[in-house]
Amino acid sequence: MTSTAAAGSARKDAQDKGSTTTLGRALNEGLRQAMRDDDRVVLLGEDIASLGGVFRVTDGLAVEFGDRVVDTPLAESGIIGTAIGLALRGYRPVCEIQFDGFVYPAFDQIVSQLAKMRARSRGLLRLPVTIRIPVGGGIGAVEHHSESNEAYFCHTAGLRVVACGHPQDAYDMLRAAIACDDPVIFYEPKRRYWDRAEVDLGRPVDGDTVGRARILLEGADVTVVAYGPTVAVALSAAEVAAAEGRSLEVLDLRSLSPLDTTELCRSASKTGRVVVVHEAPVNVGLGAEIAATVMEHCFYNLEAPVERVGGYNVPYPPARAEGDYLPDLDRVLDAVDRVCAP
Amino acid sequence: MSTNSPATPAATHADDILRLVDPAGTLNEQAAAGMLDVTDELVRALYRDMVLGRRFDQEAYSLQRQGELGLWLMSLGQEAAQAGSIRALRADDRVFPSYREHVAALCRGISPAELLSQWRGASHGSWDPERYHFHIYSLVLATQTLHAVGYAMGVRYDAGDSVVFTYFGDGASSQGDANEALNWAAVTSAPIVFFCQNNGWAISTPASKQYAGPLSERAKGFGLDAVSVDGNDVLAVYAATQRMVERVRTGGAPGFIEAHTYRMSGHSTSDDPGRYRDSAELARWEAHDPVERVRLLLTARGWADEDYFAAVASDAEELAAQTRQECRAIAEPSLSDTFRNTLCEETEALRREREGFETFEESFL
Ligand SMILES: Cc1ncc(C[n+]2csc(CCOP(=O)(O)OP(=O)(O)O)c2C)c(N)n1
Ligand SMILES: [Mg+2]
Repeated sequence: MTSTAAAGSARKDAQDKGSTTTLGRALNEGLRQAMRDDDRVVLLGEDIASLGGVFRVTDGLAVEFGDRVVDTPLAESGIIGTAIGLALRGYRPVCEIQFDGFVYPAFDQIVSQLAKMRARSRGLLRLPVTIRIPVGGGIGAVEHHSESNEAYFCHTAGLRVVACGHPQDAYDMLRAAIACDDPVIFYEPKRRYWDRAEVDLGRPVDGDTVGRARILLEGADVTVVAYGPTVAVALSAAEVAAAEGRSLEVLDLRSLSPLDTTELCRSASKTGRVVVVHEAPVNVGLGAEIAATVMEHCFYNLEAPVERVGGYNVPYPPARAEGDYLPDLDRVLDAVDRVCAP
Repeated sequence: MSTNSPATPAATHADDILRLVDPAGTLNEQAAAGMLDVTDELVRALYRDMVLGRRFDQEAYSLQRQGELGLWLMSLGQEAAQAGSIRALRADDRVFPSYREHVAALCRGISPAELLSQWRGASHGSWDPERYHFHIYSLVLATQTLHAVGYAMGVRYDAGDSVVFTYFGDGASSQGDANEALNWAAVTSAPIVFFCQNNGWAISTPASKQYAGPLSERAKGFGLDAVSVDGNDVLAVYAATQRMVERVRTGGAPGFIEAHTYRMSGHSTSDDPGRYRDSAELARWEAHDPVERVRLLLTARGWADEDYFAAVASDAEELAAQTRQECRAIAEPSLSDTFRNTLCEETEALRREREGFETFEESFL
């Protein structure tokens, strides 16, 4: 299968354009602007200062902001635990978890401490902590570097979970996440770090970018719901489907928790057919929540059962098999065929 | 059982453990001279804190037995460790407690109702941490030590001169978070003092199963300045804390204090310590009671008379009555509020769920 073919062509298209910015660079600019706007914004992470992070998202920030960019000890629980303390002191920490598979040592600090502290204090405390996590596969990595663990955090009350899928959103959403007074898990699709697009770096902070889903492509026949790394897959599926006479609507969820039920249901009711695409295993994944939501709110407008396309219920496979695991163009189109079957 | 029993401070490495007042109430003038100006007011004030704290704990215990609280974690026996340490801090030194620091909390002015609310099942944390510079309790062991280090990093950024102070137990010392916090504090030179109340037990697990070398040595290995004190000697705790905190305040390396004390009750009202420790151990520790030795010292010095002791006892009874009355008056929690407090602004999804819940509830009216 050709899982990265779509990504590859999207990247090439983008590079051909004039003045464009990669998604990674857009994040970097978002961080820089947030740190210029508010001197309480501090960055914590492993190898983020002089190296600029393993994906270079914090490149150059230590030069401009000095000790506000902290190379921490290698301790993920410590990164989140100390970020909580900094937030209690009035800071706005932005944590970088080096890779998705290394967030688990911080699980307790995220789920039992960060997420609950506001409710535990009966609304007295604010925890404006952003946790950036490069997420997903498709880069041929060794194990623990390709996971999609959003369902754990979406299941946790007290957290907001978002995923950007596009350079402009990367910039806008990161700034909005940092400005948000709630804890935000911010997923960055790692195989899209090098995707390019024109990015307006002059936009003001817009909270809707981390709260609202967005229609990227209007269509009439099927709604394809995607987020993070699968947004590009959905867009290329729409392109191919259009050539075959089918009109797909692509909904970029952006906010995974809470879900933008309004936009989701508006689109689902319009097309009557929904395909959800994510890299995480389908089993108890976000697609299940989306399918249930659509079923509850739009049952009588549906023409077919909601289809879910995602990872299989196995540990993430070795790199040479990830093409078979990741939802790609063919699997999305296959699901589109199923929901359109008479 | 006895092989696991925690030794009293007198029994092991007594040389390394700071003590100023022995169980007979004798003040070691020589040791005290360099550390502390021992005044009658200071000793009386600490005595009063301990007596009130003990009486409060006893009342809360009774309230649990009478069904007014769901659970209570007793502080009996740890009054000196807590009063001695908290009173050595400045009022704006930020404290990150564990869950048994009732005596310290009372000293900071937290009310009985605020302290009992959580154990009555009315909240998960009820006081305003900003008001008392005392964070809400942490029930997941050692998690608060990392929050404390982060807060201390913030103090450092602000060029503030307050010191952060965190309590944790001998059992919690085995958690990853505690060790990450010690290391992190040392690496960042954060203005923090760790205070380990080594009360010999973590539920049924004796301290001997938590570590093979002294905790204060471990702290030194991380690069902290560490001392051990007799945690049942309120003056030693006060002196050691004051010295450590002031050293950190003036830019010294982060500090670690291990206070050797004893949990004289069970772990909680749900515990049955008879299953894992013998009464001889308790008897040994009763001879090291933290309150009694101060009473003896006050009496021997003529710093307090029977009238004073009677007045403190009467204040304690008044606190007990107030505790009982406040406990019963604690407002019932509302699930609707929890929806509103989950995030800073109630999201559409939360509002819809709350309204669904409220409509359902109202359908029974
Ligand atoms: C991470 C975690 N594991 C287990 C528990 C259950 N637990 C509550 S208190 C306790 C013993 C803690 O002992 P210690 O740290 O010595 O404090 P003490 O209770 O003696 O004050 C245990 C095991 C917990 N609260 N958190
Ligand atoms: Mg203990």
